Amino acid sequence: MNKVLDVKSVSKRFGGVQALNDVSIHLNEGEVLALAGDNGAGKSTLIKVVSGVYHPDDGNIIFNNENIQLDNPRFAREKGIETIYQDLALADNLNVGANIFLGREPMTTKLGVPIIDRELMLSESKKVLKNLEINIPESSLEEPVGKLSGGQRQAVAIGRALYWNAKLLIMDEPTAALGVPEQRNVMDLIKKLKEQKVSIIFISHNLTDIFQASDRIVVLRRGIKAGERIISETNSDEIVKLMVQG
Amino acid sequence: MNSKTLKLISNFWNWIFLIFILIFLEGWARIVYGSTFLLNPFVLQSVLLFTAAPLLIGIGQTFVIISGGIDLSVAFAMGLASVIFATVIKSLAPELGYIAVLIGFGVTCLVMLIPGFINGTLISRLNVPPFIGTLGMYGVARGTGYLTADGMTVPVNNDFLFYLGTGKIFGIPIPVLVAIFFVIIAHYILTYTKFGQYTYALGGNRQAAIRSGINVKRHILLLYMLCAFCAGIAGMIYTARFSAGAPQAGEPLMLDAIAAVFIGGASFFGGSGKIIGTVIGALIIAVIQFGIVFIDIKPFWQFVVVGIVIIVAVIVDQSKNKLKGERTDE
Ligand SMILES: Nc1ncnc2c1ncn2[C@@H]1O[C@H](COP(=O)(O)OP(=O)(O)OP(=O)(O)O)[C@@H](O)[C@H]1O
Ligand SMILES: [Mg+2]
Repeated sequence: MNKVLDVKSVSKRFGGVQALNDVSIHLNEGEVLALAGDNGAGKSTLIKVVSGVYHPDDGNIIFNNENIQLDNPRFAREKGIETIYQDLALADNLNVGANIFLGREPMTTKLGVPIIDRELMLSESKKVLKNLEINIPESSLEEPVGKLSGGQRQAVAIGRALYWNAKLLIMDEPTAALGVPEQRNVMDLIKKLKEQKVSIIFISHNLTDIFQASDRIVVLRRGIKAGERIISETNSDEIVKLMVQG
Repeated sequence: MNSKTLKLISNFWNWIFLIFILIFLEGWARIVYGSTFLLNPFVLQSVLLFTAAPLLIGIGQTFVIISGGIDLSVAFAMGLASVIFATVIKSLAPELGYIAVLIGFGVTCLVMLIPGFINGTLISRLNVPPFIGTLGMYGVARGTGYLTADGMTVPVNNDFLFYLGTGKIFGIPIPVLVAIFFVIIAHYILTYTKFGQYTYALGGNRQAAIRSGINVKRHILLLYMLCAFCAGIAGMIYTARFSAGAPQAGEPLMLDAIAAVFIGGASFFGGSGKIIGTVIGALIIAVIQFGIVFIDIKPFWQFVVVGIVIIVAVIVDQSKNKLKGERTDE
């Protein structure tokens, strides 16, 4: 199998907190890897190291056989890594389209002058959200996303990551704010993306979702890797045990 | 009143307010002086000339404030530019005419890169809060300006410069035309380009901007350089208008320019604001200042009135968020 991502022995420290201690994970093409662990276990820190938000104190990251220094989210995105962050990372003062296209605005010209193509941004964002089957009223699409509901904002964050046809999609608790039917949609979507050979890292506290959608699970506990299992060879009891006692 | 009308009023209160004072002054002119305010070309030109310099500073400031920062150094950056522009032109032979002015323009633009670059570097790389970093630069630019001018004003004698400062095209003073030109460019950049979009994103959520791949450090650096550049243009206009460079040229304008941005509807917390708003804000301040002289009350009243308008602007900004249905915690 084709190894897409290889995170080797990364460590990350925040002041007195060792958020990650010598953690290694890897991911194959078209595989869904679940990351589980208690609050503060280091899941978000680990994916932020991969998405370029944090520079690891130690260790390295190999993406598509290339040793990459991802100390900047821009490089990660250029390589085809898209991330849905737990805190969503939306600019609340901008509208849906502007958020989906933030950093990659399409341009057009008007009277020979280059301008941002806001019409395209609007129509494309309608399409993405429609695919997600998450309802945001037309009239809200051009309002700042700060006015949307928590679930709608989450939908925008998901839509933004999906729009760019990532090779590696990182989802940090993507369904946390969603209603039950919308959660279904996102879980179905993960399956669809998997069929399209997208590799996915999926963080969740919901073991049912994890067992339903992923192939493999890595459990973190206070910054260390407490264990790794193939989903078909484990059960929730074992996972819970790994989470609390390692 | 229904909420729609309220929303409109809160969005356009500054336009309404401007029209209101203009009507008031026109009424005053007719009743008290038996003349006219608005239709008097001298009055109009004076008001617009009054507006030009604070407006130019305000343009740069608008970008910086939208991004969530502030630049306190612009007023003295303006003074510094005024002095350097004057000094360079003075040092060249007056027969050089417009060439001397062009050289002065080039040198001043280059020098103005320095305060902008230092501000931007302090804020973007060394994480100095904008208020403190630019306050430091305020002192540095002020001192450098006075030192360059040796504590005096620097008179220049150049016909072309004199023409630029006092001439008119189609009856509109050239400094006003320069301001209009920069207003159009700035409006275009802020509204239609990625640079403008990233400025809003930065003010809305810096983390979101970083994570979407925007080079935030470079963007902040450019913002403060833009701000210093605008101040430089304002300083050169001053020199042209008065045929002299003065280190204190921008001193009374520092707060006016910042006030213009907030009266224009920018949020103190960043993330919103418009060039057109700043234009209205600068016009309101200029009309108040000129109007108070016009109706012949003690000029010190201008401070009181402008102060009240600023406070109103902030209150409207607060209530606007509620009316717009934005999430507030109360
Ligand atoms: N930017 C930061 N600065 C300081 N400490 C941090 C930072 N980010 C994370 N930490 C600390 O690192 C540890 C791991 O945090 P992390 O966010 O990775 O946990 P998590 O597994 O994602 O938890 P949750 O399930 O609650 O999202 C925590 O103790 C947290 O306080
Ligand atoms: Mg987390």
